[in-house]
Amino acid sequence: MTDSTPASERQRLAWQCRRGLLELDHLFSRFLELGYDDLDAAGRVAFQRLLGEQDQILNDWFMMGVEAPDPEIAVMVERILAVVSVQRD
Amino acid sequence: MSIPTRHFDALIIGAGGAGLNAALQLASADVRVAVVSKVFPTRSHTVAAQGGVNAALANVLPDSWHWHMFDTVKGSDYLGDQDAIEFMCREAIPTVYELEHAGVPFSRLDNGKIYQRPFGGQSQNFGGDQAARTCAAADRTGHAILHTLYQQNIRSRTHFFDEFFALDLVRDAEGVICGALVLEIETGEPMLIEAKATLLATGGFGQVFRTTSNAHINTGDGVAMALRADIPLMDMEFFQFHPTGIAGKGMLITEGVRGEGGYLINKDGERFMERYAPRAKDLASRDVVSRAIVTEVKEGRGCGPNGDHVLLKVDHLGEDIISKRLPSIRESSKIFAGADPVREPIPVFPTAHYAMGGIPTDRFGRVAVPAGHGAEEIVPGLYAAGECACASVHGANRLGGNSLLDILVFGRLAGKNIIDYVRENPYQRTTDSASLEQAMSRLTRWEQKGEGIPVSQLRAEFRKCMEDHAGVFRTEEIMTEGYERLCELRERLPEVRLHDHSKVFNTARIEALELENMMDVGMSIAVSALKRQESRGAHSRPDYPDRDDQNWLKHSLYYREGDRMDYKPVRTKPLTVESFPPKERVY
Ligand SMILES: Cc1cc2nc3c(=O)[nH]c(=O)nc-3n(C[C@H](O)[C@H](O)[C@H](O)COP(=O)(O)OP(=O)(O)OC[C@H]3O[C@@H](n4cnc5c(N)ncnc54)[C@H](O)[C@@H]3O)c2cc1C
Repeated sequence: MTDSTPASERQRLAWQCRRGLLELDHLFSRFLELGYDDLDAAGRVAFQRLLGEQDQILNDWFMMGVEAPDPEIAVMVERILAVVSVQRD
Repeated sequence: MSIPTRHFDALIIGAGGAGLNAALQLASADVRVAVVSKVFPTRSHTVAAQGGVNAALANVLPDSWHWHMFDTVKGSDYLGDQDAIEFMCREAIPTVYELEHAGVPFSRLDNGKIYQRPFGGQSQNFGGDQAARTCAAADRTGHAILHTLYQQNIRSRTHFFDEFFALDLVRDAEGVICGALVLEIETGEPMLIEAKATLLATGGFGQVFRTTSNAHINTGDGVAMALRADIPLMDMEFFQFHPTGIAGKGMLITEGVRGEGGYLINKDGERFMERYAPRAKDLASRDVVSRAIVTEVKEGRGCGPNGDHVLLKVDHLGEDIISKRLPSIRESSKIFAGADPVREPIPVFPTAHYAMGGIPTDRFGRVAVPAGHGAEEIVPGLYAAGECACASVHGANRLGGNSLLDILVFGRLAGKNIIDYVRENPYQRTTDSASLEQAMSRLTRWEQKGEGIPVSQLRAEFRKCMEDHAGVFRTEEIMTEGYERLCELRERLPEVRLHDHSKVFNTARIEALELENMMDVGMSIAVSALKRQESRGAHSRPDYPDRDDQNWLKHSLYYREGDRMDYKPVRTKPLTVESFPPKERVY
């Protein structure tokens, strides 16, 4: 998929990736770089909704294995983890 | 120059625990207060503090503020000011109760009182048995505090400028600080906020090091603003490193992992801590373990293709224990290191964690600078609180649970003091045009076009240099080389160019502004560390391995102009009790 995100919208998202926890900084900013362009319109909306959540709740979902109650968000969490997690041979 | 201008009684830069607690005092007293934050307030770094906040409530075990004071003075390696420490330990108790009343959901004991957990460095009866002093709201104390304070501020009508970046302080014609120039990140437009009093509460600056546990926002903007306003920074050489951050990334792997039986190995599979600390081994104090790791790497026994880290082995604990007792560690290692600790060791390296130094203040949050002949002068209208400030309660080393306490106590007191200040100084000062132009030049400088050096390149070189030359391993030779290198990097700063000159959410421009700040702050750390020829608390020098109270029981002050150092005495006299004289620090 080609990037149809207007530059300023992407910049806005980049700033929303700045969080109070280093772990979240890393997950979100890497995903914006590596995985966001491949999302369809619904996926992009889900990502933006995820960015609107509180840091400690996000921490539970990403770092503590708690499943997000909203299935679309839960899928997005899994997707981000799949894209960002370091893979070693 | 026509720039939109807003007026408030008080301007607070920073919406972490310190800024929000100050704002709440002001708003509750009907003082018109503005809070500026570069990120949405509840995304401030305070949210990361999971452990808790210290107060001698004596809910679980006997305790007293005086014992808390003893532990804090000792923990500071006697560099903390004892009047400020007494004050903080006394104020801890009403501060925690005030938070409880404001709605912070502290964990409870069966009898309904606030639960308190034991933490390192806490003792009963002046060095006796372990105390239990840390109040926590489950494992999300910082989050609970930040949210409660934010909600209370909204209710009290504090005016928030979310996603506004403070560029610089401004002064009136007499040189008195009268607010700040800020940038609305969304529009890229500047705005002047004039206020009778300004509080800097911009948090820590771990981002100056390549490997840090701090969030990306912790770039030391407030401390750099103070430096540019000719205010010296105090005790900047004292930076706490946590020995086990994920290598190359910085996320914390808690001490709990080694507490559960995890241990460190080098590339030969050797448990090297046995050589450095034969008794305590992997549970030796943070600075000892950090230095051991760096020594292993420096001497060629590091792991990985670049030999730049060591390994933390936990697989022998078994999947059950790892998943049950260390769930977030397992996830963190899997995500950020690609290593499932159940099967393979975690690559680790020391990570920059907490800044003890900062903008010098008295215990009311007023910025205080030397005025010659040992006297100190209050900078009128300027306050600082939180991790960016140095009220000197942590000295050379802070204890766990004391930094949330610091930000809350001194944030609160700064707020209360500002109430009096704005009542006694009711007239708004007007920004001098030269001062405004100077602040604006920080912004316009980035309009320069051309090839130049990219921000990311200089930033990476600078942070690596800080890690290698002003980090854990500090000898004269390493630090002198580092200082020279930092001077070179500083000279290249004017050659840095932005390629994106757009206005709306231009994050590249913010990163450029942050880089300028970080480089000033980094230099203050490097110079202060080079000059202190002793080992004390977090500042540890193999070439001067001992604490030297005769020559160095004094605070450092770094001035930006000419990278100049000055010193001032430690305040060893408490407010009401006897001093704790320096002793060897053994645990
Ligand atoms: C992983 C981790 C765990 C920790 N755990 C504990 C613990 O358990 N107990 C404890 O006592 N301490 C702990 N600490 C330390 C403690 O969290 C911090 O010292 C404390 O939260 C700092 O609070 P603050 O209010 O000074 O700043 P912060 O919470 O960092 O807030 C700074 C504010 O300044 C704003 N800001 C910065 N620059 C600008 C600018 N240029 N323009 C506008 N706004 C700006 C930011 O947006 C933010 O709102 C921990 C630290 C880390 C890294």
